[in-house]
Amino acid sequence: MAAISRDEVAHLARLSRLAVTEQELDTFAGQLDVILQAVARVGEVAAADIPPTSHSVPLTNVLREDVVINCLTREEALAGAPDVEEDRFRVPRILDEEA
Amino acid sequence: MTTTTLPAYDDAVATFEPVIGLETHVELGTNTKMFCGCPTDFGGEPNTRVCPVCLGLPGSLPVANKAAIEATIRIGLALNCSIATWCRFARKNYFYPDMPKNFQISQYDEPLCVDGYLDVEVDGRTVRIGIERVHLEEDTGKTLHVGGATGRIHGATESLVDYNRAGIPLVEIVTKPVPGTGALAPEVARAYVTELRDILRGLGVSDVRMEEGSLRCDVNTSLNRPGEEWGTRTETKNVNSLRSVERAVRSEIIRQASVLEAGGRIVQETRHFSEETGDTRPGRSKEEATDYRYFPEPDLVPLAPDPAWVSALKAALPEPPRVHRKRLQESWGLSDLDMQSVVNAGAVELIEQTVAAGATAAAARKWWLGELARRANESGIELSAVGATPAQVAELQTLVDGGKLNDKLARVVLEGVVAGEGDPTAVMEARGLAVVSDTGALTAAVDAAIAANADVADKVRGGNLAAAGALIGAVMKTTKGQADAKAVRELILQRLGAN
Repeated sequence: MAAISRDEVAHLARLSRLAVTEQELDTFAGQLDVILQAVARVGEVAAADIPPTSHSVPLTNVLREDVVINCLTREEALAGAPDVEEDRFRVPRILDEEA
Repeated sequence: MTTTTLPAYDDAVATFEPVIGLETHVELGTNTKMFCGCPTDFGGEPNTRVCPVCLGLPGSLPVANKAAIEATIRIGLALNCSIATWCRFARKNYFYPDMPKNFQISQYDEPLCVDGYLDVEVDGRTVRIGIERVHLEEDTGKTLHVGGATGRIHGATESLVDYNRAGIPLVEIVTKPVPGTGALAPEVARAYVTELRDILRGLGVSDVRMEEGSLRCDVNTSLNRPGEEWGTRTETKNVNSLRSVERAVRSEIIRQASVLEAGGRIVQETRHFSEETGDTRPGRSKEEATDYRYFPEPDLVPLAPDPAWVSALKAALPEPPRVHRKRLQESWGLSDLDMQSVVNAGAVELIEQTVAAGATAAAARKWWLGELARRANESGIELSAVGATPAQVAELQTLVDGGKLNDKLARVVLEGVVAGEGDPTAVMEARGLAVVSDTGALTAAVDAAIAANADVADKVRGGNLAAAGALIGAVMKTTKGQADAKAVRELILQRLGAN
């Protein structure tokens, strides 16, 4: 039984706004399945006494004082933008797919 | 509330029982953003308060703001919540350009504060609103939609994004569903947001300005017939004032009731409240919108608030607004009913500040609940936005008490103050509204009135003191209302030898 279905891959591709061809769906479903199966093996050795781990470093409460730093200048901030208009990041229409 | 909707509303709540729920977002008033040191002040030129972290540039790492964590814990404590001993941030993944990272750092299944309550008073009755959770996340940037009609996303050909607001600490406060309030549901919703706002303001954690968006509210509403299961709920967004909270619940109750009465079904959806029409419209359908693929934020380590720190924060909480109000009520000598009308008018703080500025409680109350409340109602705005400050009201009363203005003139001066003409003294002088206190001028006006109304003057001389009214009227007319009627009366009686 595959760990991830072709439909689920299509769903994820859509959520990630990736244009995936029918053929790629088959390829990625197979590849992701291998990855998930490998990760699932961790579950086989993790007994009830081992808490789920989201962070590999045993640290908590890394906090910063509420002190203002220098920001980027607007020119610096917008330097990497694909497009700029009125000092703002210009992005393509948002509701394209529903239009 | 237009009168035409009243019968429909009464019918709706006679047939159905509403269940409401509220989700409130509060921008914290910290100096810096949630995960970086960019400043948080409102306004500013677009994209001038951004850095690699809040722009989500590769290689940048977020670090949580201690002051924001502390503020959130204090909010949780003030709402009688339990504070988590260990919790994590989570990534909420979605594609929308208001976050440059394509995800928002939020909290998911491990909020910082859970399971509290807030008591609100409505119509002499205390309603306990359960608090499901209080969690911390980051605010989004602002998008400007271009090319469509009046800035709407529909029909826009492109959008322009300003990330100054992206990353500002945002606290989300979610209530449990509130059943059993019946016809009072809209007022309960409003009372809750009002009380919450007062608590937040008292804590000093936010400037809680609904009009500037630092306090935002989403309202969930559902209806069911008595004895049946709760109905499907809708979520109304874009509710940007206390008054709108009440209107939104009310209009949604009416709308849902008419759908149900006609045999229809309520669709679970997001709706948008319109300030202009006072009703709700369906929002953009967000298919699969809830598939946010949350996972623990790998770039931030877990939070484990020290219980000693939490206890210290709890011990240092300010007096809750309800207790504070009780104290004010006693010092102002108001009955429960009178205090309730002050609370309903949103005038507690305004009166408190007016008293602090030197006015008596009675005078402060008279102006705020009288002339100013009337104006706010007429314009459909909050009392605090009516255009007069507590200091100005106190100054106005000082002018009245000092005999420089009579009541009628004071109202005219107040009109000028509200119109933005300046402080009361300045308006009084600029408009030449002061009471005529120059005895010479007043005596001349009195003598002229006596001369012009000889028959009336004779009656007064003959002991008919009531007839003096006509003379007073004549004097007030020549002085354009700018005389103290009592002083005029005395002067008339004196000149006629009748006192």
